Amino acid sequence: MSAAPMFRKSAPEQICRAATGGRVDRRKPVSFTFDGRVLQGFAGDTLASALLANNIHLVGRSFKYHRPRGIIAAGSEEPNALVRVGHGARAEPNLRATQVEIYEGLYAESQNRFPSLKFDIGAVNSALQAFFPAGFYYKTFMWPASMWMTYEHVIRHAAGLGRVADDHDDPDRYEKTNAHCDVLVAGGGVAGLTAALQAGRSGARVILADEQNEFGGWLLGEADVTIDGKTAADWIADAVAELAAMPEVTLLPRTTVFGYMDHNYLTLTERVTDHLGERPAHLPRQRMWKVRAGQTILAQGAHERPLVFSGNDLPGVMLSGAVRTYINRYGVVPGNRTVVFTNNDDAYRTALALHGAGAHVVIVDLRRDLKGGVVKAARAVGIEIMSGSAVTIAAGTQRIARVEISPVNEGASAVLDDPIHMDCDLLAMSGGLSPAVHLHSQARGKLGWDERLLCFKPTTVHEASFNAGAGNGVFDTAKAMADGLRAGTAAATDAGFDIEAGTPPEVSAPQQNWRPLAAWKIANGKGEGEGPKAFVDFQNDVTASDVKLAVREGYQSVEHVKRYTTLGMATDQGKTSNINGLAILAESLGNEIPAVGTTTFRMPYTPSGFGAIAGRDIGELFDPTRLTRMDSWHRANGATFEHVGQWMRAWYYPQKGETMREAVDREVLAARTTAGLLDASTLGKIDIQGPDAAEFLNRLYTNSWLKLGIGKCRYGLMLKDDGMVMDDGVTTRLGENHFHMTTTTGGAAGVLDWMEEWLQTEWPDLKVYLTSVTEEWSVATLSGPNAGKILKAAGVDISLDPSDFPFMTMREAHIAGLPVRIFRISFTGELSYEINIRARYGLALWKLLMEAGATHGITPYGTEAMHVLRAEKGFIIVGQETDGSVTPQDLGMDWIVSKVKPDFIGKRALARGSMAAEDRKQLVGLRTRDRRTVIPEGAHAVLDPNQPMPMEMLGQVTSSYYSPNVGASIAMAMLKGGRALLGGTVYLPMLDGKVIEAEVVEPVFYDPKGERING
Amino acid sequence: MATDQPDRGLRGLPGGKQKYSAFALAKKAMNYHQDWQRAWRDAPPKDEYDVVIIGGGGHGLATAYYLAAVHGVNRVAVVEKGWLGGGNTGRNTTIIRSNYLWDESAAIYEHALKLWEGMSQDLNFNVMFSQRGVLTIAHSEHELREMSRRVHAIRLNGIDSEILGPSEIKKFVPIINIDQTIRYPVMGGFLQKRGGTARHDAVAWGYARAADDLGVDIIQNCEVTGLRRNGRRVVGIETNRGFIKTRKVGCVVAGHSSVVAGMADIRLPLASRPLQALVSEPIKPVLDTVIMSNAVHMYISQSDKGEMVLGAGVDKYNSYAQRGSFPVPEHMIAAAVELFPLLSRLRMLRHWGGIVDTCPDASPIISKTDVEGLYFNCGWGTGGFKATPGSGHVFADLIANDRPNSIAAPYALDRFQTGLLIDEHGAAGVAH
Amino acid sequence: MLVITCPHCGPREESEFSCGGEAHIARPLAESSLTDAEFADYLFLRDNPKGLFLERWRHAAGCRRWFNMARDTVTHEIVEIYPMGSLPSSKAGKAAHNDSWRRDTAAEAAAKPASSATGTRGGS
Repeated sequence: MSAAPMFRKSAPEQICRAATGGRVDRRKPVSFTFDGRVLQGFAGDTLASALLANNIHLVGRSFKYHRPRGIIAAGSEEPNALVRVGHGARAEPNLRATQVEIYEGLYAESQNRFPSLKFDIGAVNSALQAFFPAGFYYKTFMWPASMWMTYEHVIRHAAGLGRVADDHDDPDRYEKTNAHCDVLVAGGGVAGLTAALQAGRSGARVILADEQNEFGGWLLGEADVTIDGKTAADWIADAVAELAAMPEVTLLPRTTVFGYMDHNYLTLTERVTDHLGERPAHLPRQRMWKVRAGQTILAQGAHERPLVFSGNDLPGVMLSGAVRTYINRYGVVPGNRTVVFTNNDDAYRTALALHGAGAHVVIVDLRRDLKGGVVKAARAVGIEIMSGSAVTIAAGTQRIARVEISPVNEGASAVLDDPIHMDCDLLAMSGGLSPAVHLHSQARGKLGWDERLLCFKPTTVHEASFNAGAGNGVFDTAKAMADGLRAGTAAATDAGFDIEAGTPPEVSAPQQNWRPLAAWKIANGKGEGEGPKAFVDFQNDVTASDVKLAVREGYQSVEHVKRYTTLGMATDQGKTSNINGLAILAESLGNEIPAVGTTTFRMPYTPSGFGAIAGRDIGELFDPTRLTRMDSWHRANGATFEHVGQWMRAWYYPQKGETMREAVDREVLAARTTAGLLDASTLGKIDIQGPDAAEFLNRLYTNSWLKLGIGKCRYGLMLKDDGMVMDDGVTTRLGENHFHMTTTTGGAAGVLDWMEEWLQTEWPDLKVYLTSVTEEWSVATLSGPNAGKILKAAGVDISLDPSDFPFMTMREAHIAGLPVRIFRISFTGELSYEINIRARYGLALWKLLMEAGATHGITPYGTEAMHVLRAEKGFIIVGQETDGSVTPQDLGMDWIVSKVKPDFIGKRALARGSMAAEDRKQLVGLRTRDRRTVIPEGAHAVLDPNQPMPMEMLGQVTSSYYSPNVGASIAMAMLKGGRALLGGTVYLPMLDGKVIEAEVVEPVFYDPKGERING
Repeated sequence: MATDQPDRGLRGLPGGKQKYSAFALAKKAMNYHQDWQRAWRDAPPKDEYDVVIIGGGGHGLATAYYLAAVHGVNRVAVVEKGWLGGGNTGRNTTIIRSNYLWDESAAIYEHALKLWEGMSQDLNFNVMFSQRGVLTIAHSEHELREMSRRVHAIRLNGIDSEILGPSEIKKFVPIINIDQTIRYPVMGGFLQKRGGTARHDAVAWGYARAADDLGVDIIQNCEVTGLRRNGRRVVGIETNRGFIKTRKVGCVVAGHSSVVAGMADIRLPLASRPLQALVSEPIKPVLDTVIMSNAVHMYISQSDKGEMVLGAGVDKYNSYAQRGSFPVPEHMIAAAVELFPLLSRLRMLRHWGGIVDTCPDASPIISKTDVEGLYFNCGWGTGGFKATPGSGHVFADLIANDRPNSIAAPYALDRFQTGLLIDEHGAAGVAH
Repeated sequence: MLVITCPHCGPREESEFSCGGEAHIARPLAESSLTDAEFADYLFLRDNPKGLFLERWRHAAGCRRWFNMARDTVTHEIVEIYPMGSLPSSKAGKAAHNDSWRRDTAAEAAAKPASSATGTRGGS
């Protein structure tokens, strides 16, 4: 963004940025825009850290009550700070400010507020929240019934979070890649890095993925840890350098492992260019990795839990670990007068960090007897500690301004004394840690409740998988690294690599006790449900009272509570709220937490882009398009096309000013008066060889095949084992043990599968070999009185005299020297030659015939004319006259069902009593009273058009056209008891209320005696 | 069949349970919602019932409700292994429509649709039935022909349905891509305006509360371990909470029907398959109707919460794991992005799987069995939710009278012997 | 997503395969004296166990060969893969085959002996 330098001048200084410290690059200022304000941060900032550096806490509005909300976390678990990033077609809603890396010109705005973040009309909900408890909408909006759609319209617009991009066509590119590895490590914190190093040293192929821009996890935010004598930062740098140098190791930063499925199949999303202002054209925006891992190591760390007290959702109330990360990693001090509210030791390190950064700190600790290193350290620097106390109420308007602090009983369920009031601009809370067990749980791993650490942690795994570090309930840095080392060794060994157990590094870190005090809902000295709300799920505005209300109303299973209150259903999927919600549920049920259980975690770990999952499987690559060798000619000659399965077939060839009807009429007439040429290359073709080929066909088709002479063709009907027609086509005997089968265009693949299945699974004793040759042959069907003349003119080298080349036979021949197979079969009822030629000569043959036919009125015709021509003759099309519920008898084709064969597929099913029922749908023809009226295909016939609804329907019109040869409309239909209706009248009610009257006739409209077959 | 109004039984809550209303809500707000009573009792199993329904999903609870409300049978228990609505009721994409091809299908789904209309008032529980329309897209000349056949049949069955062209579709659904050059362009579609969606959990809860109001015992965390028989007749069920005596057992345990049937040595023509679905993060409204496409194989709608709800067909293998394979959602998402380009920059929030039991003809089984007093309602495949009230209504009738009514009759098990199937396969690649 | 070890090609992604449903279903001969009900057993009844399932798969996008597989429908564990025309050899697989209700159906009895020794819609 060129105007950027100008912004720098106007951008306010970063008043909450410490003079030194952190991993941001102070030499590289970055300008960005938030809600129209131009602000400045540094390279290495996230949007969240940059906003906090500018003392901006209020960044969003909550989903239901539109309450002002601030940043509470520093990672992907952030529930509040959701923003819309980017302009126009590149805008993206609901991104977490804590994960968005800033770049020059980044444009972000807050969401779910109107007209502005500071003044949001929706906040009226907050005032009325007493009337909107959990599940309120199930209890109202019911009267009058007709009004619901109106109520709903309002609800829908109040709900939802961000707005989608203004321009809907995504200009970015996405890619997918498949990968195999011996060990996949999810999470690059201390445990993950240690595990990856260990596995990598064994020579195993390792993929290490971490969702952040840098490896190191929360260690990046610790200033008080040294490893093997190095600072945390140096140790991380060395570890990453060593991994980068290993040829078999792939490092994937900015990559989230979002799915863990059966047989160690994992899905990852790599954000390749999202963090760049200028995006290199050669790179995709995101890339999805589909990884099949030999072993996995899950080292995703842990999430800190908020404390549930009145007013805990005010901007300026943050998670303790996050505050520490902002100070140490980003050099941002998010407050000056600060209160640290905790039930465990870890928050003391935050207090010390705040103190070190010059902020005033008071620690409010729910625990009574306080000892241990970090406590001493805090006392040593003179930090005031109020033990056995709680922040009972936090107050303020759009930022925390003061707190009430009271002594409370163990568990904080009762206030013991009047509160003291204290002003503050930041509250750092810590409710203990919850291991991120999401992937473990996705992969069907089991969880167990740890009474000491008050969290669920992995117990048994279902896949070849290991858990390590904080994600495994091992929070202490030294122990977490040892755990990572163990996991790395075990995974590498199981993957078949030799590796020494190794010794964990020397870690020096503050001594702390990781056991938190169980205190779930902090009392506020008022009655249940009174006083400021205490939030459990921030984004979805679920309060402790909501959970208790659900329980009162009998929604007591954890899943019911979740669904009734929407607890944990927001875009953070409850990362910070699950355990608190569970504990409060257990409390109100008077039950133990493990007895209440937990909800199963599902893919994805964090929301994952559709674009990357779709990758390039869209547009023309969504599905293959199949074209015949003559396709270029069809296009050059103005053909329109129709989709037939994956094929594009020439539909008709309109000439200047012709309507479809005129074009098709012309093509149909030509095929009966002069000659027509059809591209039939798409027909399925299967080459069948082997000594048992004839026997196989005999079992496959309903008619008899054993005695078919060499060079002879026969039409066959194929049934499923339930007796229903599945496909048809002409098959030709090329030699004693060699047949050429044709199938319908759509059925080709299915028929080959079908034949292979029977050969391999039912009749392996038959020696038959199948090859699909659909693509081997181009087929031009020449049809009409002049067909023979044209073939001669084209230079065919065999006699076409019917006595030499009778109907239903095949001849090998040459046309202008090109070797061809000519089949004398006919789907039009005219003299007809289906000329098969090696695919690569297809176009040449087509042009040759068109030339030779020029003086004989040759006319290319498409699939529509083909349909009309065969309908004039009453020939069926499988899939049009049939729908999987039609037998040969229904089609009036008993003649093709052998009575003598002992068996064929479908024979037994046809013998079922119901198959002979009089009222089955049977194929008939329809002749409209008004001979010009063409019935729409799909229309249904009734005997009495004036009967009430629902009408007694006879059946549907399967094919219907105007026939220029008959000079009238023709139609085929499947009607209940149709044969019995011959000569009778049926009525076809139209969608517009009109009724078409038609006579039931035989389904043959032209040349019933078949006299034209020899031209 | 489709025209006469089904007998809804008693409206509201005649049992005298606390009514829900905006007024009640405001009143209760005065004391911080402390005295809302339970939606349904946590009933301990009694020794004996007239009817026991196995399965506390929407279909089972609806069956129990209509047994009490329409047939006056109220010594009824619903036993549920886990929590109410925890099966496919709570895992589906909530699409409701009745525009089916075959008369038998149209009859039962239209029967259901009429019950959906006014269900919130019947149950005094807002199930958020939203008639925002269901639009099925055709992508080829062949599909257009099939569509025409379907619409003509639906209309003559007295069910609303209309055909739309691409430009009308674009007007109706502004975010859809009707570019005719894409691989499978939008060539047309047919719309059922009365179709739509509902809040799936609320359906289970609403029926449970109303059934409870009529004296039905709802027993959660009660797993059936056996069916006790005396000769060819049911005399009771064994559960992890003891034996319960009854002469009529209705099984509505989608996904596990074969397992329960096995307890009575009955075999059903079913395959239990994974059905996957997913939602995006919530966004401000962009899609106000339900879109289905068989050719590109997906269906999509936007929930009242703002989430885009996507589903597709079942996985290719049998499974009881409530999880499927990634290629299914992967293809579903590609198809969705193809039709709705704006999805490309949205993100998947939650993905899940259910177990559906599918029949050879993609139509359900509502039937007596050769065990006297044992009835099955299963095989709804991917389309069960929309049928919930109709299914419960006719199943209650079957159990109460021990003979199927005209709507249920075609769904008896004997169709697999006669071969008179109701084959909805051709009609629905994805049977939604 | 499963990894399936094709007996002819080795381990491959599930997406290369198609599933053919229950294995070891003998096809009755047409002229047999089966009642419609008995024939329906063959035509429509498919085993649907919660647990080990003997099923047929095909390496559709590979060698296109059919084979049998014993898979747990709950854990998705693949217990064994064995050639078309043969019986399971694992203890669990054997049990599943022998205990199947189908072993004593009229339909299976009506299958031609030859095929029950060889193919029969999924190997013996």
